[in-house]
Amino acid sequence: MLYKTISKANFKVFINEVIAGNVTIAPKMTDKDSEGNPVYQFQQVYAFDEIALNYTKTYSSLKNFFLPFKESLSTFQFDKNEWKQKIEYSIHPRVIVGVRACDINGLLKLDNVLMKGKYPSPYYVARRTNTFLIGLDHEPMADCFCQSLNSDEALHGFDLFLTDIGDKYFMQINSSKAFNLFKNVQINDIETEDEEKYIAEKKRIASLFKTRVAITGLSNLMDIEFESDVWKKWGDKCLSCGTCAMVCPTCYCFTVTESIDVSLKFALKEKVLYSCNLVDFAEVAGGHNFRPEPATRLKYRFYHQHRGFVESYDEPKCVGCNRCGIACPAGINPIDVIHDLRMEDVK
Amino acid sequence: MEYLGIELKKPKVSFFDFTCCEGCQLQIANKEDTLVDFLSLVEVVNFREISSEKKDHYEIAFIEGAISRQDEIERLEKIRKQAKLVVALGTCACYGGVNSLKKRFSVEDVVNEVYGHNPVETLPVKSVKEVVAVDFEIPGCPISKAEFESIILHLVLGTEFRFKKYPVCVECKQNLNHCLLDEGKICLGPITRAGCNAVCINGKLPCYGCRGPAEENNWPSLKQILTEKGFSPEQIDEKTSFFNSLTEVTKNES
Ligand code: SF4
Ligand code: SF4
Ligand code: SF4
Ligand code: SF4
Ligand code: SF4
Repeated sequence: MLYKTISKANFKVFINEVIAGNVTIAPKMTDKDSEGNPVYQFQQVYAFDEIALNYTKTYSSLKNFFLPFKESLSTFQFDKNEWKQKIEYSIHPRVIVGVRACDINGLLKLDNVLMKGKYPSPYYVARRTNTFLIGLDHEPMADCFCQSLNSDEALHGFDLFLTDIGDKYFMQINSSKAFNLFKNVQINDIETEDEEKYIAEKKRIASLFKTRVAITGLSNLMDIEFESDVWKKWGDKCLSCGTCAMVCPTCYCFTVTESIDVSLKFALKEKVLYSCNLVDFAEVAGGHNFRPEPATRLKYRFYHQHRGFVESYDEPKCVGCNRCGIACPAGINPIDVIHDLRMEDVK
Repeated sequence: MEYLGIELKKPKVSFFDFTCCEGCQLQIANKEDTLVDFLSLVEVVNFREISSEKKDHYEIAFIEGAISRQDEIERLEKIRKQAKLVVALGTCACYGGVNSLKKRFSVEDVVNEVYGHNPVETLPVKSVKEVVAVDFEIPGCPISKAEFESIILHLVLGTEFRFKKYPVCVECKQNLNHCLLDEGKICLGPITRAGCNAVCINGKLPCYGCRGPAEENNWPSLKQILTEKGFSPEQIDEKTSFFNSLTEVTKNES
């Protein structure tokens, strides 16, 4: 890692240069909700001024640039009795600007499963390795609990990471690709004053977290509370709508569909993201459903986040962004569910 | 017509409209990019939006619309006798659809309001399955063109078509929409079967449940959520009974 600073004016020049030469994706204000609050989404941008660098939270996560909701696994072309299969997983290199630490940590968790595992997904690897990530520090929202999950800081998994220290950014440069991009834009060595400001800013951000979730020992507690009424309490509310897994930065479950074109000349095998809360997630051939009740399915979603994943990778799968909690139509959120589990508080 | 060297049989199909706007047939007729391919999969015997030809020899009858007159009952019974497969096409045929709003008033009042001094004979609205046996139902107001095409393909290829079991919310999130329940609207997406790609919510209109219930539909929970948000039982009922498509779920409980 290399540490430098860049003035805000130069950062703008730099980003406009990046945009001119690359597909660039960044947080944009796309709408307003009924109360007039801005709504943000990661979208392609064409100029620096379109970027909402001080965005709050995107409703859906960044995941879908790496795991699209629908992705072609292969196409088939039929010709008389013959058929040809085509598999394509190359993507245009692209840059994503303004990524939060929790989202970078979310990608690192997906890397564990989809890139570093025994069976890497070439589709994911293509998207991940061809994406240049520029991270950015920010003040947490009132419901962010990434600090409790050690996800408020990204140690790797990005190319550049910026922290606002006044009229310039403190910059962590994590790849030679990143360093080479600064040929035409001036960056400066770190001075003592920058370092002090950086440390102070980091401390300030860390002190702003309002929501804490007690994670220590949670994995074991889940075993002990397997039969807890907490699951029924929240399970009765659950609509089995899959919203939580769709917006979650680390949920990667999918189903595969096959369809034939109406011309009978082509076919498509597609991967479609799924959720363990959906009614037929654990339904097998022959029709048996291993998890027919909503409460069981809800429980297993929490088990994967806080127990199953810990067993495989020594860390929870959840990064504490609370996107699932915000989006859940039934108000089910990890903060309250885990709290209840700790308290065994079933009212 | 061949698929991987296998000759496929073209089923003879007919489309018949009853009490409806014929919008579902229109969905099929105006899917221009694939209409030619689609028409090569089946032999269309009756389809008044495409051709004026009329014959009595068909295997599959697509019934569009609800049933609301005595002569419609008789016509439908005749079709049932003739067809091997009867398919209810669209929400009107499957559940009564928008026409079911008529159920809220007496037949007399309805006739008087609409036809005044020229009264017509009419009955309370029924779905197709309330009149004759139905082999397959394709819901939607209107039906999804893509889903309909896929169903026909499955039929021609002799493979089983499966509706999505999960609710509209999944497709709503795939389209990156904000939840309309948070915007002060009554959205029935959580209890409604997906397959429409959440078209209404994509256009910021809440889901009225035209496709009928999803396989898991936690109505007690959704009802509680809506009640806690301050909606009255009347406001909730107005939405859930709009298409008469969710009655089976919402009336059980309340
Ligand atoms: S808070 Fe929810 S959405 Fe965010 S990572 Fe955890 S489980 Fe996923
Ligand atoms: S099992 Fe559930 S919690 Fe785990 S990745 Fe899949 S959808 Fe997410
Ligand atoms: S927890 Fe919430 S978002 Fe997830 S499936 Fe249940 S109701 Fe839907
Ligand atoms: S309730 Fe309606 S708006 Fe909300 S997620 Fe479900 S379908 Fe979308
Ligand atoms: S969103 Fe609801 S009302 Fe609209 S088409 Fe889909 S099922 Fe029908």
